[in-house]
Amino acid sequence: MTPLLSARGVTVRYGSLAALDGVDLRIDHGQRHALIGPNGAGKTTLLGVLGGAIPAGGGRVLLAGRDVTRLGPAARARRGIGRIHQRPAVWETLTAAENVVVAALPHAVRPGRWRPSGRRRAAERTAATLLARVGLPELAGVPAGRLAHGQRRQLEIAMALAGRPRLLLLDEPAAGLSAGEVERLAEFLRELPRAVAVLLVEHRLDLVYALCDTVTVLRDGRPLATGTPAQIRASDPVRQAYAEGVA
Amino acid sequence: MREQAVRALRRGVAAAVLAGLVLAPWAVDDYTAALLARTLALGLVAVSVALLTGVAGLPTLGQTAPYAAGAYTSAVLGGQVSDVGVVHLAVAAVAGAALAAVTVPLVVHARGVVVLMITLAVGELAVVLVGRWRSVTGGTDGLAGIAQVRPLWGMPVLATDRARYLYTLVVVAALVGLVLLVLRTRVGLLLRAGRDDEARLRASGHRVSLQVAGVHVAAGAVAGAAGSLLVVAQQYLSPADFGFETSALLLLGVVIGGAASVGGALVGAVLVVAGRDWLFGALPGHAPLVLGLAFVVTVYLLPGGGHRPPPVRGRLLPDVGTRRAAGERPAPTGARA
Repeated sequence: MTPLLSARGVTVRYGSLAALDGVDLRIDHGQRHALIGPNGAGKTTLLGVLGGAIPAGGGRVLLAGRDVTRLGPAARARRGIGRIHQRPAVWETLTAAENVVVAALPHAVRPGRWRPSGRRRAAERTAATLLARVGLPELAGVPAGRLAHGQRRQLEIAMALAGRPRLLLLDEPAAGLSAGEVERLAEFLRELPRAVAVLLVEHRLDLVYALCDTVTVLRDGRPLATGTPAQIRASDPVRQAYAEGVA
Repeated sequence: MREQAVRALRRGVAAAVLAGLVLAPWAVDDYTAALLARTLALGLVAVSVALLTGVAGLPTLGQTAPYAAGAYTSAVLGGQVSDVGVVHLAVAAVAGAALAAVTVPLVVHARGVVVLMITLAVGELAVVLVGRWRSVTGGTDGLAGIAQVRPLWGMPVLATDRARYLYTLVVVAALVGLVLLVLRTRVGLLLRAGRDDEARLRASGHRVSLQVAGVHVAAGAVAGAAGSLLVVAQQYLSPADFGFETSALLLLGVVIGGAASVGGALVGAVLVVAGRDWLFGALPGHAPLVLGLAFVVTVYLLPGGGHRPPPVRGRLLPDVGTRRAAGERPAPTGARA
């Protein structure tokens, strides 16, 4: 079966430094895949390449068999790649509801050719549903710039889901969250429909092992190992890499 | 509660200003009415500046270019096609939009201070072109003897300064209302989102370049329509109407009025032009100096006018190593983010 996403020999260089050096990665439909590794291993860069924000210097990225290597982030988002950033990226002067509406607009279905406002109405319905789902319905009218960090994270998840993603790229979603918020995040990710595949970059290994069925370890821009959480836990090279590299 | 009170106060002030503008021609002499009409035309250009600078986050010093394109097209071509004001308006708006469309490739990928410099250059080039194309524009001698217009088919020509002022006021009110209406739709939402975080908008699947091009052309159309109003109000055109001083006045007006507020920009521009024309009469020849000082003081004391300073796409000032200090790597060549 054709994988949902396939990266082949992806390379990114910053001058003489190879941030990614021929990375191969395969993510199947509905898979929960984690990307772990020491700081500077290239995890966020790889997410940037897959999302289209960073151009690959070499290699190819295929989405459901189609080459998307040369497409920018907008085109990839329209094809079903959603992203949650390391620092929650929201539009601060817009309200929480408007944030989700804007995120939903390119993906909302217009009910008829002669009803141009129909798309916005559909996006507004999506926003109301998603804000309730992430637990922010009462903050719908509050400017996103006034939300706390954890609330911004919830809002960004709603925004990502508004894009009807087939693949969700999560870049350290638990960073800066309290224990209770991390628990809620884990529960929310566990409840995501299986139609949505997840690529999770996270330093909290308890969260990774609890949520994901496949784990890839990156080190110095190269894949070190790929396997189930149990295999990765038992892998000596992985333990050694972490002992040397994790802050 | 406080927000509601502010909103009510704003509506009250807007209604009072509108009532004052309607009654003004009966309270002032013909010369002042003509001056007011010209000021309103400039106020409409300020609206186009606010649309780009405040709403879309694309700072500009070049809206005098579509303003000039609209004015000269209205005066030269409009006079040959029809003597109806709305036809002149349409022709001028198309000319302004067309000029803006030609410059889209220059601004669509630029951001921050680069846009400011490019638009400044476009505005200055337009003035040079107008000054040298003597056969059409009259060069630096100006274009005089422009025929009077009638607002609509079957209506009398605008023969008095009061009539020309009222025509200008109605058109400005209608176009500002139209701009405000459009900004209440998803167009306004997307422009504000792009101003806040363009990369995030792209990551959500929006075609940001198309939006930037669209708002640039729309602002050009508004400035072009303002050019037609200048022709009606002044009945004379010269390159001096579109020089750097005008650009700076517009930006000052927009900053004073609040860059993110279309109505505020209009009021700010009117105040600044009124200040130049009336208050500084006591200091002949020193008006630019006083305005320059006012600009510096305003930018330091009121960076966002009466509002929170709106974000700008890209940076207006160089970033002194903060990215490196935060431990970020430089973007690889051709990074899209």
